[in-house]
Amino acid sequence: MKILVPIKRVVDYNVKVRPMPDNSNVDLNNAKMSVNPFCEIALEEAVRIKEASNAEEVIAITVGKTESQEQLRTALALGADRAILIESDSLLEPLAIAKVLAKVVEQEHPDLVILGKQAIDGDNNQTGQMLAALLDYPQATNASEIKLDESNVTVTREIDGGLQTLQLNKPAVVTTDLRLNEPRYASLPNIMKAKKKELTVTNISDLGVDVNPRTELLSVELPPSRDAGIIVESVDELVEKLKNEAKVIT
Amino acid sequence: MSILVIAEHDNSSIKGATLNTIAAASNINGEVTLLVAGLDISKVIDEAKTISGVSKIISCDHELYKNFLAEDFAKLVLSIADSYSYILAPATTFGKNLMPRISAKLDIQQISDIISIESEDTFKRPIYAGSCIATVKSNDSVKLITVRATAFDPVSLDNNDIPVESIDAVDASNISEFVSEEIAKSDRPELTAANIVISGGRGMQSGDNFHLLDSIADKLGAAVGASRAAVDAGFVPNDYQVGQTGKIVAPDLYIAVGISGAIQHLAGMKDSKVIVAINKDEDAPIFQVADYGLVSDLFDALPELEAKL
Ligand SMILES: Cc1cc2nc3c(=O)[nH]c(=O)nc-3n(C[C@H](O)[C@H](O)[C@H](O)COP(=O)(O)OP(=O)(O)OC[C@H]3O[C@@H](n4cnc5c(N)ncnc54)[C@H](O)[C@@H]3O)c2cc1C
Ligand SMILES: Nc1ncnc2c1ncn2[C@@H]1O[C@H](COP(=O)(O)O)[C@@H](O)[C@H]1O
Repeated sequence: MKILVPIKRVVDYNVKVRPMPDNSNVDLNNAKMSVNPFCEIALEEAVRIKEASNAEEVIAITVGKTESQEQLRTALALGADRAILIESDSLLEPLAIAKVLAKVVEQEHPDLVILGKQAIDGDNNQTGQMLAALLDYPQATNASEIKLDESNVTVTREIDGGLQTLQLNKPAVVTTDLRLNEPRYASLPNIMKAKKKELTVTNISDLGVDVNPRTELLSVELPPSRDAGIIVESVDELVEKLKNEAKVIT
Repeated sequence: MSILVIAEHDNSSIKGATLNTIAAASNINGEVTLLVAGLDISKVIDEAKTISGVSKIISCDHELYKNFLAEDFAKLVLSIADSYSYILAPATTFGKNLMPRISAKLDIQQISDIISIESEDTFKRPIYAGSCIATVKSNDSVKLITVRATAFDPVSLDNNDIPVESIDAVDASNISEFVSEEIAKSDRPELTAANIVISGGRGMQSGDNFHLLDSIADKLGAAVGASRAAVDAGFVPNDYQVGQTGKIVAPDLYIAVGISGAIQHLAGMKDSKVIVAINKDEDAPIFQVADYGLVSDLFDALPELEAKL
């Protein structure tokens, strides 16, 4: 069995992102970049499946700029067997990414594609479902548990009211939620080994996919700020304020 | 302009977020059709017939849609999609799971989680866990949108006898199957619908200690929520999580107890009208968004608060 794991290079989750002074976009100058946390979870799951002898190969793939090779090297250090960069000078929308990934799936024939449920930059939560639709594959989003047998994947999903379990035919698309697993750290020997693993680079124009943007970013602003609050000295004062000033309790 | 809103329900009643989504649709110039698909949905249809702002209901009552599996549900929506220039669903786990599947089939770039409609093709949406707000223009001919419920006041249930058209189910996909579901049952209001939410974080130390929040919640008629750290530590189930990757809430009063105020948590609650923070660390970032902060050990403050309410 073969598992494909699409990963995205994003601003590290600890970075406080602000708009550019002219509000044309977010300001990412010199920001620390990392693997999207949900993609790390996706990769960890794929590697664990392989370690349990339920898969032979784990392939990490990203669609992005040359610099994304850093994140692919991280993926290799974390246990991916090989990596693919589909190089693109511009950042693409989820539909375009899904189309590119669908092309690669047609070439690689993975049994399972595990993605993050969302990328923490755009917070779109679309790519996995779009990929599944384009391929007519079944999907399970927000996975908190994945079990495999010969022909099926059984996934427990986190939904608003609790948990739901689905059984999907393979090949299938699964997207990960936070509690699926806790990703490991790359060890120094594995970082060294990763340098020798295969990383192929393909230019996006070679795939013949329509990746023209469908949306325009008109501006980026800070959200409305909240007025500074006060520190109350006691529970009595808190209750008094909530009753008489804020009037939110009676 | 014709607008299709996809109703979220549980085969017995309409979910609140559907009403907020219809409210968002009402900001677009056009007639709103509501799609209600599920199994044995007569009660849902009766309720739907009263929703203000809806001109027509399309119903599909069939086994295939009982569990709202994205594969089959998307095919049903696609069978009627031609007639609409907008398709909207709530940005809940239901809508998030379903809509991109429809959008890819229609070759349209979906706009996720909108918080305002600026014009017929321009929308605002939070990005980077709500650190920034993007204004986005869609150049697709049809707009596929998921709506952040907290950004739109729900429409009321004071309409009557909206006409209902029944449509046939479409062929089954037969690629996925529902196995089981564990839906948490609670007597308290739903987190996303409650007027008051009291949430606990890692500072609560254990699941048992959440009873301190429960008893306050009971007195206030509040829902109980949690930070990711509290959920990860197993204090409470996953459906309690508030934040970037959990639920988005905007109650009249949000009380954060033993929660530090990480940006990912703030993303889920900072549009609440009044925020109270109880934390023993006076430098905790949560105090920067709190209207009323109480620097105190929660194990002292909570019993006292309960007694004084
Ligand atoms: C991709 C990603 C997505 C995430 N999504 C979410 C999300 O949706 N929701 C979310 O909440 N988090 C999310 N997080 C996690 C987030 O970054 C924080 O780690 C988390 O919110 C911290 O939870 P906490 O405030 O309960 O714990 P901590 O940060 O550990 O804070 C505990 C607080 O309790 C206080 N405290 C301790 N004991 C007491 C006491 N006796 N009395 C009073 N106060 C006390 C401490 O002073 C401290 O401020 C996400 C992280 C990532 C990477
Ligand atoms: N540029 C990209 N390259 C590879 N995978 C991506 C890319 N963008 C998004 N993905 C995958 O799709 C998931 C969801 O992203 P999104 O739909 O943008 O929220 C991510 O967690 C990744 O697994």
